[in-house]
Amino acid sequence: MSHIKIQLKEAQVNQLKEVCRSFDNDPGELINVLHKAQGIFGYLPAEVQEVVARELQLPVAKVYGVVTFYSFFTMQPKGLHPISICMGTACYVRGAEKVLDEFRRILNINVGESTADGKFSISCLRCVGACGLAPVVTIGEKVYGRVSPDGVKDILREYEF
Amino acid sequence: MRLKYADNVIFRNYLKDQAKNMEQIALTIDNKKLTVEKGVTILQAARTIGIEIPTLCYFNLGDLQIENKPGGCRICVVEIEGRKNLAPACVTECATGMVVHTHNIRVLNARRTVLELILSDHPFDCLVCSKSGECELQSLAQKFGIREIHYQGEKSVYRKDTSPAIIRDIDKCIMCRRCEMMCNDFQTCGVLSAINRGFQSVVAPAFEMNLDHSTCTYCGQCVSVCPTGALTEQDHTRSVLNALADPTKTVVVQTAPAVRAALGEAFGLPAGSLVTGKMVAALRQLGFDYVFDTDFAADLTIMEEGSELLDRLTRHLKGDPHVKLPILTSCCPGWVNFFEHHFPEMIDIPSTAKSPQQMFGAVAKTYLADKIGLKRKDLVVVSIMPCLAKKYECTREEFSSDGNPDVDYALSTRELANLIKQANIGFTSLEDENFDDPMGESSGAAVIFGTTGGVIEAAVRTAYELHTGKELPKLDFEELRGLEFVRSATVDFDGLPIRIGIAHGLGNARKLLEEIKAGRSRYHAIEIMACPGGCIGGGGQPYTHGDINILKARQKAIYEEDKRKPLRKSHENPSIQRLYEEFLGTPLGEMSHHLLHTHYFDKTGEVIISE
Repeated sequence: MSHIKIQLKEAQVNQLKEVCRSFDNDPGELINVLHKAQGIFGYLPAEVQEVVARELQLPVAKVYGVVTFYSFFTMQPKGLHPISICMGTACYVRGAEKVLDEFRRILNINVGESTADGKFSISCLRCVGACGLAPVVTIGEKVYGRVSPDGVKDILREYEF
Repeated sequence: MRLKYADNVIFRNYLKDQAKNMEQIALTIDNKKLTVEKGVTILQAARTIGIEIPTLCYFNLGDLQIENKPGGCRICVVEIEGRKNLAPACVTECATGMVVHTHNIRVLNARRTVLELILSDHPFDCLVCSKSGECELQSLAQKFGIREIHYQGEKSVYRKDTSPAIIRDIDKCIMCRRCEMMCNDFQTCGVLSAINRGFQSVVAPAFEMNLDHSTCTYCGQCVSVCPTGALTEQDHTRSVLNALADPTKTVVVQTAPAVRAALGEAFGLPAGSLVTGKMVAALRQLGFDYVFDTDFAADLTIMEEGSELLDRLTRHLKGDPHVKLPILTSCCPGWVNFFEHHFPEMIDIPSTAKSPQQMFGAVAKTYLADKIGLKRKDLVVVSIMPCLAKKYECTREEFSSDGNPDVDYALSTRELANLIKQANIGFTSLEDENFDDPMGESSGAAVIFGTTGGVIEAAVRTAYELHTGKELPKLDFEELRGLEFVRSATVDFDGLPIRIGIAHGLGNARKLLEEIKAGRSRYHAIEIMACPGGCIGGGGQPYTHGDINILKARQKAIYEEDKRKPLRKSHENPSIQRLYEEFLGTPLGEMSHHLLHTHYFDKTGEVIISE
């Protein structure tokens, strides 16, 4: 399985190197650096991990080890409109799973994946602190409350699905 | 004046260290009272009074300070009175007044449970596993009398990864992480790391690519320390047997210096037994047509590498600013892979001399083939090596001619031992036999290639005499010997002080390389070997299970063999002299350049990321 290397934008790489420098290129700050890196790129492709490894003087395998250990980090690019479905206790008991199933059915992707056109991606999270609105779905920065499976189509229509 | 926070911490740590050094701890282990220094673990303390606590993930190579104690497997748990939970002995430090029980019923039951849980996620391949008989998990199961696994659950499944030298069968991994320690802390290669989490976690290279796509040097130290069959060598014994059975092939074998000092261990002989003659006899019984010695090629290496050292030195002394010093040895293939991957800007510094294995192959398939009237393709060259990187080395494209490799198969010492056992040869009762001519004669200088410091000592013996034209006053350079990781010595070349550096272990080599890179290196010549102790501790040697005394005994044996040899300087080897007269011409000459020298590649771009 060959992999076509993605070309990182130079400006973004410089920004990433700046992040590393802001942590004194300290290998002990790997998690913080990765956190910021994911903020810049939206995800952590192999190429980003290689830059981080080089800057912090760490083996790439170690960086990859940390990236795969923490569920927060992802190597999958997020969609233009990242959909997060809350699976916290309150949302779950009020039917979040059915809402998730509906998103998966309509978009035809699984949790952690993006649609082929790169428009949507689905992820799950635990409690956004709006339990009164359960079940809660966020798309980008926008929060949707009391979502029912029937309402999923309408929500997606807002994003020209 | 108020101390800054950082100073405060340093001061406090200093006081702690002081207290640590002085404080003695009195405790009781299994009803025996004893006193130990502060900082000593229960495992170490118990050992001092003859109590062996079983371990699995723990690994310690004695004075070499190579240690792995993640405290992860929980096999070494002990009961400490007053504590609710059992404690792992390998990471729990002794404390004053502690009362420890290492083998009561609660402890034994807990250990059995732990072991059964580990076994519940382990394939039952013992009958066909190449580690069978040497597996530490298997021997624990035997020792604990496990006859039934009371737990059934999911088994982790991972793809098998096959490289030219090492096979990863991760289903057999117990996550002791010894390989990770060797690869990262000792060798500083950084290839292996624990990835993913929980039940999904495995030890793998970055992005879970295969080893042959990573920066792996194939040093094989991960294989040396793996307690199970998760990491093993690529086995070529079958191919060798097929070649031996093929009537159209003439099969030639060469044996590396360190093999003779370790092979006996596989047949129950004490570590450090020299079995050169028995090994030759066994190889002949196996059906090899010619039994030759890599030591012959080691003498040849010295002729070329020593001449190269002198050439660079002479040019340097004449004021040539382009000459690269220090010169680095190049016979260790793990080390060659290391600098190709990690120091590509320095690939013009090592000697261009091929390793003895490859020099042997190149000469065998030309000079020898002519001599015995055979075509190249009808000659099969097999090498017996203490090394796994040699398996990769002989597959390098530059070491072949029209697709026919100079060395066809490299077997490890362990594989040879298996072959001998398969053939039902009573190894220990064999009569000693001698190597064949013309590629079997060698000097003591060649034998010591098998240990750290040996290659450079051999080079010094020859370079000194070639340079000064005088006979060496003494042959034993004690200052170059030992097991210290980084050593240095100055050898007087009749008024010209030659500064020599030695490192074994790639992490230690890295230190010397960083010095060169920074322009701070003061050496003329540096010898580097990838494995602890040099080839005696190679990745293809019989397993030591962390016993440093085995390495020491092998090293002693190597120097004994050197002493025993009538010839102790490479340039005095008559077979080598004849080879130059009849075939090669002169060291560094045109023919030598063509057959005995190589070049190195920048491999930093070769790392492929697979999905």
